[in-house]
Amino acid sequence: MSRTDQPRLRLGIDVGGTNTDAVLMHGDEVVAWHKATTGRHITDAIVAAAGAVLQQGGVTAEQIFAVMLGTTQFTNAVTERRRLNPVAVLRLAAPATTAVPPMSDWPEALAAVVGRHHYLLKGGLEFDGRPISPLDEAEIAAAAKDISRLGLKAVAITSVFSPLDAAMEHRAEAILRRELPAETCTITLSHRIGRIGLLERENAAILNAALSGLAGDVLGAFTQAIDDLGLTAPLYISQNDGTLMTAAHAARYPVLTFASGPTNSMRGAAVLSGLDDALVVDIGGTTTDIGLLLEGFPREAAMTVDVGGVRTNFRMPDLLALGLGGGSLVRDGGGRIGPDSVGFELQQRALVFGGDSLTLSDMAVAAGNMTLGDRARVAHLDCVETALAQAAAMIETGLERVRPSAAHLPVILVGGGAPLLRGESIGGGRIVRPGHGQVANAIGASIAMVGGECDRIFSLDEISREDAVAAAKQAASAQATDAGADAASIRIVEMDEIPLSYMPGNATRLRVKAVGDLAGTSTGISTGTSR
Amino acid sequence: MIKISLDDLDDIALGATFLGTGGGGDPYIATLMTRRAITEHGPVTMLSLDELADDALVFSCGNLGAPTVAIEKIMGADQPPDAVLALERYLGRRADALLAFEAGGSNSMMPIYIGAMLNRPIVDADGMGRAFPELQMVTFSVYGAPSAPLALASEHGDTTILDIDDDARAEYIARGIAIRMGARSAMAAYPMDGSTARRVAIAGTTSLCQAIGADLRQSRGQNRDPFAALIKMLAGTHYGHAKVLYAGKVTDLVRETRQGYAIGQVTIVAGDGKGPPLTIQFQNEFLAARQGGALRAIVPDLICILDSEMAQPITTERLRYGQRVTVMAVSAPPIMRTDKALAVFGPAAFGLAEPFVPVENLD
Repeated sequence: MSRTDQPRLRLGIDVGGTNTDAVLMHGDEVVAWHKATTGRHITDAIVAAAGAVLQQGGVTAEQIFAVMLGTTQFTNAVTERRRLNPVAVLRLAAPATTAVPPMSDWPEALAAVVGRHHYLLKGGLEFDGRPISPLDEAEIAAAAKDISRLGLKAVAITSVFSPLDAAMEHRAEAILRRELPAETCTITLSHRIGRIGLLERENAAILNAALSGLAGDVLGAFTQAIDDLGLTAPLYISQNDGTLMTAAHAARYPVLTFASGPTNSMRGAAVLSGLDDALVVDIGGTTTDIGLLLEGFPREAAMTVDVGGVRTNFRMPDLLALGLGGGSLVRDGGGRIGPDSVGFELQQRALVFGGDSLTLSDMAVAAGNMTLGDRARVAHLDCVETALAQAAAMIETGLERVRPSAAHLPVILVGGGAPLLRGESIGGGRIVRPGHGQVANAIGASIAMVGGECDRIFSLDEISREDAVAAAKQAASAQATDAGADAASIRIVEMDEIPLSYMPGNATRLRVKAVGDLAGTSTGISTGTSR
Repeated sequence: MIKISLDDLDDIALGATFLGTGGGGDPYIATLMTRRAITEHGPVTMLSLDELADDALVFSCGNLGAPTVAIEKIMGADQPPDAVLALERYLGRRADALLAFEAGGSNSMMPIYIGAMLNRPIVDADGMGRAFPELQMVTFSVYGAPSAPLALASEHGDTTILDIDDDARAEYIARGIAIRMGARSAMAAYPMDGSTARRVAIAGTTSLCQAIGADLRQSRGQNRDPFAALIKMLAGTHYGHAKVLYAGKVTDLVRETRQGYAIGQVTIVAGDGKGPPLTIQFQNEFLAARQGGALRAIVPDLICILDSEMAQPITTERLRYGQRVTVMAVSAPPIMRTDKALAVFGPAAFGLAEPFVPVENLD
């Protein structure tokens, strides 16, 4: 067959702590899927899961034009404080910001792993772009010598208002490089990964630098797996906001993968159901996550998000987590469910598997809406109706809290525990049960888009609001194109305007997010291997 | 006289967010600053207004600038003390104690921070009893204590003295200087003696912040209604009358920029869908709550929106669709409700048509 006769397929992979899922996608259609255990070797898990779907689909490596992978490896490393390397922290801001030195609010255990190597140096900008103080190049050179002497292999540089103008971060990097060559030391510039909000952006830069050693290994394992599978397609990694980055970018900015799992799950629900505006209920083994899809993307949390006890301002989906899942323990004759769960021990402890724990999965099996283990073991239970009604009531209350208005949005049900909820509707919303909901994460990864963002302060005395908005939209779109988006598909999905209260001058902060299809996804022409 | 130590800061910050009535800025960064200052320099002594000597010199402290800049350009460690030291140099006299000009929001922390850095006592009082958008909206101005002379300081150690006998002009010029200082100035103002402070300041507001914060925090750990507990606690203070106005979900939010303020309106619909929705008008802070054409609460009485589950006070910039919230109204203390006070920060000062009606007289 000639190349043009074959369907062009995408491979979506989700590497979780427990399972590694793979899906083979043709457009929005699932060709094949497989779940494997992650185990100790990521490469093996990916090869097992992806190899299985390639075989099931009967496709050749050449037919795969892109591989999209989502992972929780880096989030887990921070929360478990393992495999993090020490970091030198450069902040360009003095004499401003000295009242709160770097890592002031970090959990002691995590700070101890990363170390407290801080250099609070001259530099930084005012909100209007003037320097707070000029860079002192000799001071930076001295810091470089010190970092080299300490043998630190990762540096995080944060300059005040660098999201407005990053020149000082770039200049400082260039000076450090004289002492700290790229082969032995990674340097993270804060403007690459964060928005306005100095401490949160600096924290993200430090975490990123701390993950740099692990990032090389993990991305190496991913790449190895792709090679072992004989795939030549480019590898993309999904970010927390549901957009993609190249594997090379992820190796440098592992922190951008934080919380990509829930985002992928919600995006997967959107594509599986064909709905852009809906509530998503993801029922897992221990928890149920409820979120809201707006125009196909999860609504973002407004609050800052803690990762491993560190405050960051990443774009994260706004999720309500309920202690309700397939492994949740059932008590009081079905009147009380969870929040504790047998978790991954379901296959040992649930009644249907001969265990002694009464779980919600046992109820679903007894009621006949889930096939698992031995149904005869739960035939005698008389609390089934009460328990399932209680579970539905808990989910209904959760939906009520997440639902934006009285509008009765459809409810998309995904996750392995989806059969726990029966019926056609809940709380006035129609229930949609898409096929392949159990691998929504990997599907979400496979359909991720490419995004760009602009976060800048404009003086509306100097520029009209219309011009400011247009400039911000253009900057966000240009960033998306640079990241590999097909220019024709780019659209603005979010715009926030925050007035600089209390000050004359009519300054306002505009934050605009643009997304587009990965070049090649929509047209089927180029594979978009930018950067 | 009591001591403020590390363990007190989170409660004070939580209570200050409540008294911020939607504005005043997130005290998070100011709390980190103060935690470090107390760790290095020790606890801060807090005096009641009654404990001040008649001739004691008292300064009012806080920051002038934009909250949006505050989250990026954090202050220099010496910046707030520098404003106090500059005013002392100008007056040729050391300040005996410091108080906040604004108990609501991030400014609540500033006297404690400077008190730790310079080893000065603070006074358990302030000039707003909540948060307000303009510097001259303080009881000090209302009752004839002038803002002048006042000192502003930048992170560079640059200081300016403004000796302007009209508080509105002083505010205007001070803001111009604050912009040139990068929209983040530390300020020491309203120098007054102890007997004046007793006459013009709102008593007990720092300890009230702490009490409110402690009350909300303790409710979280226990199986009790946080709102009922808070109402009971406030009944024993000069903010005597507190009530729950409404509980429901945010269904509409209109927010825009006008003259540098976040101006808008939030609509809340009751969970059971019964009865008319509650609308709250805001200009940085919540100004008026109305329901079905009837007024429920109006400035300077406090309107506070809290997360229904965690009882966490919510600021205007953190309001969003779908939030489950409980709205409380709290009577402002008598010193904030006189005709003179209402002329400065009553409904008319915010362009509202309704006259002030005490929340306890409204349904």
